[in-house]
Amino acid sequence: MGLFALRRYVPYLRPYVGLVVVFGLSQLGSLVTAASIPKVIQFIIDGPITEHNLGRLVPMAGLLVVIGALEFVLIVMRRHYSGVASLRMETDLRNDFYAHLQNLQVSFHDNWQSGQLLSRAISDIGTVRRFVSFGLIWFLQTIVTFVVVFALMLQLDWQLALVVVLCMVPIAFFSNVFHNKYRVIARSLQDLTGDMTTTIEEMATGVRIIKAFGRMPLMQKRFEDEASQIRVTSLTGIKARAELWTELNFLPNLSLVAVLLLGGVNVVAGRMTIGGLVAFMNYVFMLIWPMDAIGWVLSMSEECQTASQRLNEVLDSRPEISDRHGARALERCRGRLEFRGVGFRYPKSDEWVLRDLNLVVEPGETVGLVGRTGSGKTSLAYLGPRLYDVSEGSVLLDGVDVRDITLRSLRSHIGFAFEDPILFSASVHENLVMGRPIVSDQELKRAIDVAHAGFVWDLPWGLETRVGEQGYTLSGGQRQRLALARAVLGAPPLLILDDPLSSVDVHTEATIEEALARVLEGVTGLLVVHRPSTLALADRVALIEGGTVAAVGTHGELMRSNDLYRALLSQEYDPRAEEALA
Amino acid sequence: MSAAARADEWRGVAAGEVDDFSPSVAGLLRRRSRVLLARLARPYLGSMALAAVLILVRSAGYLALPYLIGLGIDQGIRPGRSGNPQTLVLIVGVLAIALLVNALANYAFMRVSGRIGANILFNLRRTLFAHVQELSLSFFERYTSGRIISRLTSDIDALNELLATGLTSVITSLISVVAITAILIHLDVRLGMVALVAMPLVVGLTYWFRVNSARSYRAVRRAIVLVIVHYVESLGGIRAVHAFRREPRNQEIFEDVNARYRDANIWSNRLASTFGPAINLLGRLTTAAVLLYGGYLVVQGQLTLGVLTAFVLYLRQFFDPMQELSQFYNVFQAAGAALEKLAGVIEEAPTVPEPSSPISMHEAKGAVAFDHVTFAYREKPVLHDIDFSVPAGAVVALVGETGAGKTTMARLIARFYDPTAGRVTLDGVDLRSITVQDLRRAVVVVTQESFLFSGTVGENILFGRPSATRGEMEQAARAIGAHDFIMAMPNGYDTDVRRRGVRLSSGQRQLVAFARAFLADPRVLILDEATSSLDLPSERLVQRALRTLLRGRTAFIIAHRLSTVEVADRVLVLDAGRIVEDGAPAELRRDDGRYSSLHRAWVESLA
Repeated sequence: MGLFALRRYVPYLRPYVGLVVVFGLSQLGSLVTAASIPKVIQFIIDGPITEHNLGRLVPMAGLLVVIGALEFVLIVMRRHYSGVASLRMETDLRNDFYAHLQNLQVSFHDNWQSGQLLSRAISDIGTVRRFVSFGLIWFLQTIVTFVVVFALMLQLDWQLALVVVLCMVPIAFFSNVFHNKYRVIARSLQDLTGDMTTTIEEMATGVRIIKAFGRMPLMQKRFEDEASQIRVTSLTGIKARAELWTELNFLPNLSLVAVLLLGGVNVVAGRMTIGGLVAFMNYVFMLIWPMDAIGWVLSMSEECQTASQRLNEVLDSRPEISDRHGARALERCRGRLEFRGVGFRYPKSDEWVLRDLNLVVEPGETVGLVGRTGSGKTSLAYLGPRLYDVSEGSVLLDGVDVRDITLRSLRSHIGFAFEDPILFSASVHENLVMGRPIVSDQELKRAIDVAHAGFVWDLPWGLETRVGEQGYTLSGGQRQRLALARAVLGAPPLLILDDPLSSVDVHTEATIEEALARVLEGVTGLLVVHRPSTLALADRVALIEGGTVAAVGTHGELMRSNDLYRALLSQEYDPRAEEALA
Repeated sequence: MSAAARADEWRGVAAGEVDDFSPSVAGLLRRRSRVLLARLARPYLGSMALAAVLILVRSAGYLALPYLIGLGIDQGIRPGRSGNPQTLVLIVGVLAIALLVNALANYAFMRVSGRIGANILFNLRRTLFAHVQELSLSFFERYTSGRIISRLTSDIDALNELLATGLTSVITSLISVVAITAILIHLDVRLGMVALVAMPLVVGLTYWFRVNSARSYRAVRRAIVLVIVHYVESLGGIRAVHAFRREPRNQEIFEDVNARYRDANIWSNRLASTFGPAINLLGRLTTAAVLLYGGYLVVQGQLTLGVLTAFVLYLRQFFDPMQELSQFYNVFQAAGAALEKLAGVIEEAPTVPEPSSPISMHEAKGAVAFDHVTFAYREKPVLHDIDFSVPAGAVVALVGETGAGKTTMARLIARFYDPTAGRVTLDGVDLRSITVQDLRRAVVVVTQESFLFSGTVGENILFGRPSATRGEMEQAARAIGAHDFIMAMPNGYDTDVRRRGVRLSSGQRQLVAFARAFLADPRVLILDEATSSLDLPSERLVQRALRTLLRGRTAFIIAHRLSTVEVADRVLVLDAGRIVEDGAPAELRRDDGRYSSLHRAWVESLA
């Protein structure tokens, strides 16, 4: 059974065993009280009322009140504790899910849409929780109710009890039919919703392009096709549910008819008391809600299984970049970076981005990486802090394979600035420090100065000002300088900077270059270059072509000796240069 | 320091914290929500009437049950006297028919109401999507894409939930409550009154629950927003998280906001798990009272045992669904809040509306003019009295520092905004008189964003002109110089670009965006920083392609890199929303103005 997949969530309930036990006991207790009420009613009818003994009526009614109050307490406990246990479980599960995602390598995230990861963390985990808290409970409750009520019925009249059971048996059959049908529907509905969400996201984020080309009708059509598929599929689901629910309602009612008829005959024949009959009918009523719930629980369990499948897709991906056995911390780092016979290709791709690449960056030296668009410069830069791992060869920091250094230690020695500054909706302080433990106020001030990011002091709340999407809007240049300050914070001996200048105007560019020159002083630098102006900062330049280092030298040397290099960096159109490129 | 305070510290301070959540169920009753509801329901009034009839039939069948059982006991079984089996069989037969009717009506009702719900959702989605697309860019900038996405996803889901489960249950319960009250009083007035004593308590309890659960619901929503924002941002920027070892800090923050979400949920659960059993308890107490008084009446011979039985069974039918209501209360709150927010978006009028009497423009020539245009964005003046005209085929560069108003001018030409005063014309026709379709065919903007849609590279180019053939599409890519790198990808034009085109470098994305614009073949082309993320060879390729691309077109070029500007016939230098210099590039270079100083700075940056 598919529910077996849920066993991986069992450990999450373990810390709350106490709560679960309390919940189970109160569940059982509330059931006993509920089942005893028809019995008391039977005694009232067959006793005081039939015997015209009003004196005994009052204590009996009082008993009913006491049982009702007890039931109240037990149900409150049951629901409260099941809620607390399952919500705690959900929270723990989501924490672990998040931790797992954080540990998965960058290339994993490249392949997943954020909407899909979000729906897994919020709605799928919520679905699992709801099933554990309501679904499983109803499931248990249904079984226990059945057993208890059936036992009581047997004791009242075994023939009638048998009739009731016969009426209920087909439910199992119908449920199973539904079970199989609905699983397919639920999965396809979820997938369709995912696709539609993608369209919505693209409309909302790509609106400028859509409007620029007037392609609203195209998007509208795509959206409507998806929405109407969802409509059709959900109608199939509604039909299946309607069938099941109708059957689930009709069968218990049918048994009630049988009870009234046969029981009535029994009463007339004196084989059963009238109070017994009324109690019996009350028991049948007690079965109706749990019966109803079967359909609900089943569809819930379908959703839960699909949800847990979707969660497993993520939970089963193992982090490919992690500390390997025997990895140790690198205490001191001089900043010598060496790429030795490096080859790199994206996971599940046959195509080599980098191959047989050798390059050494000596301590204190700044090396610029130049290459045409898509030559793999950024991928090369990512290999340093192991954002990607080499597919062959190795990257060495101070002569040690980076895979033999703990991630924590390795990354603490490398400052990185991305092409896109990546700011979070948090305070400037948080965006700079990023939770690193070591930072003092002086260091912070120094980093801000070095990166020419002094504007942060003038923000409305200084360093406490929230920036990012949900906060204060910074200009492109400000964002870049903030990212630079972040990279140099803590004075890492190795800086890797991925062309942070592409989206700023000439004036800002000059400011940032000045900042760059200062941050690169006295540290090892690897600089991905798209603009010749940045090259002034590099001691040597490596030309990346065909996935490997085609030439290394100073800017001047390469300009003189290398046609391709010249072609890449000259401003004017020159037929000879274009030939070199081709 | 409390956990909450600590958790807020990292977020920092921001002005104008927007509370996205309108208060509770009141949302359902707000005027604009009502208008939206009415509009959504209108096409289905017929089906709704049918559903109403079905639900009544269904309820009648269901409610007849205790009555017929009572009748069966009194007339068929006749406790204390000799029974009457024929009458019993007759009554049981009627009962069976009633139940069959109930089942059939139930089935029909679920199908009909399900169809109504699915249709309403479909229509709402369609309307909303179309409406949002019609809204101007300034709306998107103010509202943010994140909120637009949640309007179209989670808010519609909230309504779906209501339509799928909540509404039916509530209507059924309401019918039950009213009908059962009437039946009880009809069966026996005195006993009915005893049963109704509990009513004020039920109402009071419901009120208490309503007030508190509205508060807890808001707490839950506030908490979930924090969880979502942190989750999405930190995973979206996972590269930076890894590079700066932010994982432990992120985990700490996440666990904190997640715990707040949990606590809000526990509160909300506690409310529901008190309310339901309390209603149940009231049901038990009422049953006890009815049995006590009813038993007395039976003994006195003033009431039959059948009626008493029916009473007890009716009380069950009365209180059981009431308990369920608490489960659907959140569904109602969510739907109410969602409806209110959706109505807010629907109410938003397009600030760039379609002309009421359009002037047709099948083939534009491409002459563009600004006629004393002033533009303010969110009350802040951006452009002051801009006045110039450009003949068809001219290439104009817009130059100036960030914030000078270049992009705003570009957006006015593309009619992403309308001017606050004055007018922008194409071939002498006010843009506001040209249909969106005609205008988009004539004017295309290429921005720095180079957004790619999911799908293949080819599909992304075809976005420029979906009707183009594959040959034309490849031709466009060749003209721009994108063909080679596209062919170098695993499946050429059929390569999936994956999430937002991460498979491509920013330069490659930009080339695809160019090819897209080239394929669209507009009369007026606007390049807003379109080459800034290209590397030099690509930029040179594009420069060369630009000559082909610009031939016979009017073009406006905004670029920080003046190399792109040099191809222009004319340069407009902007400063603080005004044109301060206007002339041919060579001419301006010679003058000792802003352009010449910008040019010098640029030349120096190349050295």
